[in-house]
Order: sequence, then C-alpha cells, then structure tokens
Amino acid sequence: MKRKSDKPIKITEVCLRDGSHVMLHQYTEEQVRRVARELDDAGMHYIEVSHGDGLGGSTLQYGKSLVDEMKLIEAAVDECQNSKVAVLLIPGIGTVHELKQAHELGASLVRVATHVTEADVSAQHISMARELGMETLGFLMMAHMAPPEKLVEQAKLMESYGAQAVYVTDSAGALLPHEVKERIAALRDSISIEVGFHAHNNLSLAVANSLAAIEEGATRIDGSIRCLGAGAGNAQTEVLLSVLNRMGVDLGIDIYKMMDLAEHTVGPMIPRPQEINRGSLVLGYAGVYSSFLLHAERAGQRFGIDSRDILIELGKKKVVGGQEDMILDVAAELAKARKLEV
Amino acid sequence: MAKIKAAIIGSGNIGTDLMYKLERSEVIELTAMIGIDPESDGLKRAKERGYLAFDNGIQALMDNPDIADIVFDATSAKTHVRHAKVLAEMGKLAIDLTPAARGPFVSPAVKTDTYLDEKNLNMITCGGQATIPIVHAINSAADVSYAEIVATISSKSAGPGTRANIDEFTLTTRRGIEEVGGADQGKALIILNPAEPPILMRDTIYCEVKNMDEASITKSIEQMVETVKQYVPGYRLKQEPLFDGNKVTVFIEVEGAGDYFPIYAGNLDIMTAAATRVAEDFAVHMLEKQSVESKG
Repeated sequence: MKRKSDKPIKITEVCLRDGSHVMLHQYTEEQVRRVARELDDAGMHYIEVSHGDGLGGSTLQYGKSLVDEMKLIEAAVDECQNSKVAVLLIPGIGTVHELKQAHELGASLVRVATHVTEADVSAQHISMARELGMETLGFLMMAHMAPPEKLVEQAKLMESYGAQAVYVTDSAGALLPHEVKERIAALRDSISIEVGFHAHNNLSLAVANSLAAIEEGATRIDGSIRCLGAGAGNAQTEVLLSVLNRMGVDLGIDIYKMMDLAEHTVGPMIPRPQEINRGSLVLGYAGVYSSFLLHAERAGQRFGIDSRDILIELGKKKVVGGQEDMILDVAAELAKARKLEV
Repeated sequence: MAKIKAAIIGSGNIGTDLMYKLERSEVIELTAMIGIDPESDGLKRAKERGYLAFDNGIQALMDNPDIADIVFDATSAKTHVRHAKVLAEMGKLAIDLTPAARGPFVSPAVKTDTYLDEKNLNMITCGGQATIPIVHAINSAADVSYAEIVATISSKSAGPGTRANIDEFTLTTRRGIEEVGGADQGKALIILNPAEPPILMRDTIYCEVKNMDEASITKSIEQMVETVKQYVPGYRLKQEPLFDGNKVTVFIEVEGAGDYFPIYAGNLDIMTAAATRVAEDFAVHMLEKQSVESKG
C-alpha cells in the first residue's frame, strides 16, 4: 500500500464510546471490562471509553448512563496491560473537571471535539490536557459541512493550542471518498502534526474512506468492532484490519482475536444488527449527526411521523452535533403541520 | 420625573447594547460610558449620543464620583474583581454582567425578599437568564429534582470571551439553575451553531419533578413567559411544554430587540435587558426612598 506518511498508523477502537449511543448508554461495568480485556489481548492501540457524547454527556438531552463513565474508564484502565485508554471531551458538554478526573483514573489520551467551524472553544481544554501530560488530539466534527480551506484554518487553531493530531471527523457518514482525500491532503500539506480520520458507515463507505485517508497520509484511524457506533457504526475494525493486512500493512493487532471478539463478545451484546437501515442511510444522505438516529426513531413513534422526515428536516436546518433537542422540536412541529393539513 | 444616574464601565458589545436599553428607561439616566480604548466603537457612539465618554477606566468614576449611583460592569471577570472593591468602597450599586460572581446571582423574573438589600448583583449568563426563570416556574409548581438546560446560540453571537472560557458558562449556569432556579441538581450545555443566516437563540429546559401536575406547571410556565416578556419582548415559547412521566420539556426562543446587536443575538440582548430591569427595580426603590426622605 502506498502511503503519503511514513509514521505508523494507530488505531482507536471506539465501540465503548461511539457504541454507547447504540447501547443507549446502558453499558455495564462487566461488558466494558470484557471488551477492554479482549481488545488489549488482541493488541489494540487505543480504546476510547466515555459516554457517547463525551465526558459529562450523561444527560436528559443525550441519554443518562446506566453506570457512571468514570467507573467504566477506571474498569477499562484496570483491564489493559498495553492498550491505552482514551476519552472524548466536547467543550460545552464536558469540562476540564471531568477531564482531570478521567486522567487521574488512568486515561492517557483525550480527543477534544468541536463542530468543524468552532475550534476556538477547545483552547482551554487542549492546553489543560497537555499540562496534565495527556496525549491530546483535536476532533473536527461534521467535517462534511465545511470546505477544505475552512478545515485547514480550524485545524491550525487546534495545532496552535497544542493538539498533537487533528481528525477529519465524518460524524454524519456523509463524505465521499474524493472528499475525504481532499480534506486529508489539505491538512497534511498545511499542518505539521498528525492527521486522523473518523468514519461512519451510513453510506457504506467507512472502510473505503478510511483507506483513502490512510493513502493520503492519515495515521490516526478510528474503528468500531462489529460497527458498534452511532448510526450504521464506524469503519468496522476487524474488517479494516483484515483489508489493511491484505494490502501488506500489519499493525500488530491480532486479526483472529478481533474476529473472535466481534463474534462472541460484541455480537451478542448489540441490541439489533448494525446494518445500514433506511434511518442510517438517510443520516449519510442528508448529512445528519449519526447519534440522532435512535432519538429520531423514538420521536417519530411518539408523534406518529416517519423518522426520515425528521432527519431530512434536521439536515435542512443545518443542525450540528449535540442538538438532540431539535429532534423533539422538529417532530412536534411536523406533527402540528400534518394536523393542520388534515 | 426624577431619575437615578447610572454609568457603564466597558465599552464593548455588551456595554454598547446596554447604552441603547438604558436610553429608553424612565427611571434611569445614563450619564457616562467608561472604557479603556478611546477608539472603541462604544465610546464613539456614547460621545455621539451626548454621554460623557471616558477612556481611563474606573479612575474616571473615582475622579467623578457624582456621575452615577448605579454602575454597570461589562468588562471581564478578572477586571470586575478589582472594580467590585472600588465600587463597594464608593457605595455604588454594582450590576455585574461579567462571570465574576462577586455578588449573588439574580434574574429579574425571580426575586427574593432581600433582593433590594444587595450592593453587588451578578447577572449569571445569557443561558441562565433565558432558562432559570422557567426552572423556577416549574419548581414552584412541581418541585424540581433535576433541571438541565441546553442553550443553542449562533456562532456569530458568541464572543471571544465566551469561546475562550466555555467551561465558565456551563459551570456558572449550573450554579444559577440550582441557586436561583431552585432545582436540587442542575446541568447546563451550550452549543454553537454556525448556520447562515444565523439562528435565533434557542433554549431547551428539561426538568424532572417530584409532584407532576401538568395543568399547574403549564400555567406557571405561561405566567413566567409573560413576566420575562416585559423586559425581553422577543422571549417566547417555541412549543407547548411536553410531558413524559415525571419529565417536562420546554422550548424557548429568544429574539433580540435589535439595538446594537442583530435580532438573532437574543443571548446578548437578554443579558442587557435583564441588567436594565434589575437596575430599574433598584432605581424605583431609591426614588421612593428619596421621596419619603424629602417629605420627612
């Protein structure tokens, strides 16, 4: 495989964070322990553990966690011999207080996430994470909503605050392979830190897009085993690793062990198959934040409307990540409009 | 009619918008705008409109102690800590629009018995001003165990101060939800949305209550919206309140008055409007006291 970076590729398994959406934030300590232990045994580089919306995300807006995420982070750290435990922090939701607590419990990497145009809200969190000695990466979400030049401008801000890598985060799973390439290339040419890519599989492009990103020089790549992430999940980790292996890239992660973990541990945990259904397809098609899917389905049932109509309307309104309250609002509005029509 | 004199320290966006709000007051006479940058748009506008304009900061007030009985501080948290001391020594009423929180938190829609005894009042945050009245209304009807608010504002209306210290917003608002709103436990989220044209400020309030009573909660919320509307005309319910088990969800939209800020910046407007209303309460009180004293 030809790559435009000679740095090693590092994989972050996100099923214990992004997958938290699918699990309705009901992960038990036992589940987290088992998944973390087996990932560690397979040689996974980083394992992200947090509420789906990052530290402090346990809310009525996003869903309350069954078990305090700090307890889950502590449990994952306890199970890992070699894998590092990562956390996600979205400024506006979590604060540096939760970050410090996670760090004390042994989390050693943080991704500080903002909407793709709002990087300047991350300055205090990135610099605090660096002060704590954590590996600190920036996460520019909903990357499909801004052109490459804007992405470059925002990534430079994160770099200036001390971020050691910046991700192109395709939160809606809306980017097409050539758009991924453009964005990764633009970042590679303009910042001196590493570039990462986080995919969602809503258009069935997560693995293809991750490969495109790697070819263009991305070295930080996210995956979720069995696609256990919001919407249709992320790049399916065990598939991505197998494909990379076929292309001659060995990341030191045991593929058989990952397959077994997917089959025997994660598979039985998942409430429903992580296939691309009409809801997740619409996420990618309309460019909507992937964690909106289950909220939109619930709101659709409550108000008796098609959840696709809700998602399309949210896409039109250019709603950003974290605006889950808009789902109920839009659903109630659509229902009212329908009644008027009748 | 007699008026109480007031001055604004801080000639930035908030201070300038406040100037326009105070211009309409029937009980407050704005005398001066005090800044530190002679080139600032706020000081220029103040001069144009006939107010005293000083560019030497709080020293101007120390040199001219008679220009104001009420002083609005629209500088920064750090600066207000210093100002608070000076203003207290001078015996001035301080209305603090920074997150410094030297004095108690206040929302003009939620008054306590000892409200008018205070000498330094803090205006909490924009999200707090928009949502705490609703939490309070639900709390008085149904006893709120947990309140969570989501403030969504347009990216254009989020200034560098908010952006550099967004944790201050979430933590201060949380405290306000508990201390002023009356929730046993609070939580605040803030989201910036860059959509063009810019969106109006919107706030969602979720409350878990101990004594669910849909009718009295709805009535209490509607009354509160009317109260806030008296000083923020563009404050409105976006939907009927939604009920689900012990949970109430309220959607609010705040359209600004369009003074110095465009109308989408309801978040900034509600701060200056609320500060004006608090100052007016005090001004009325001061005027009453004066008239009693002169009669006596």
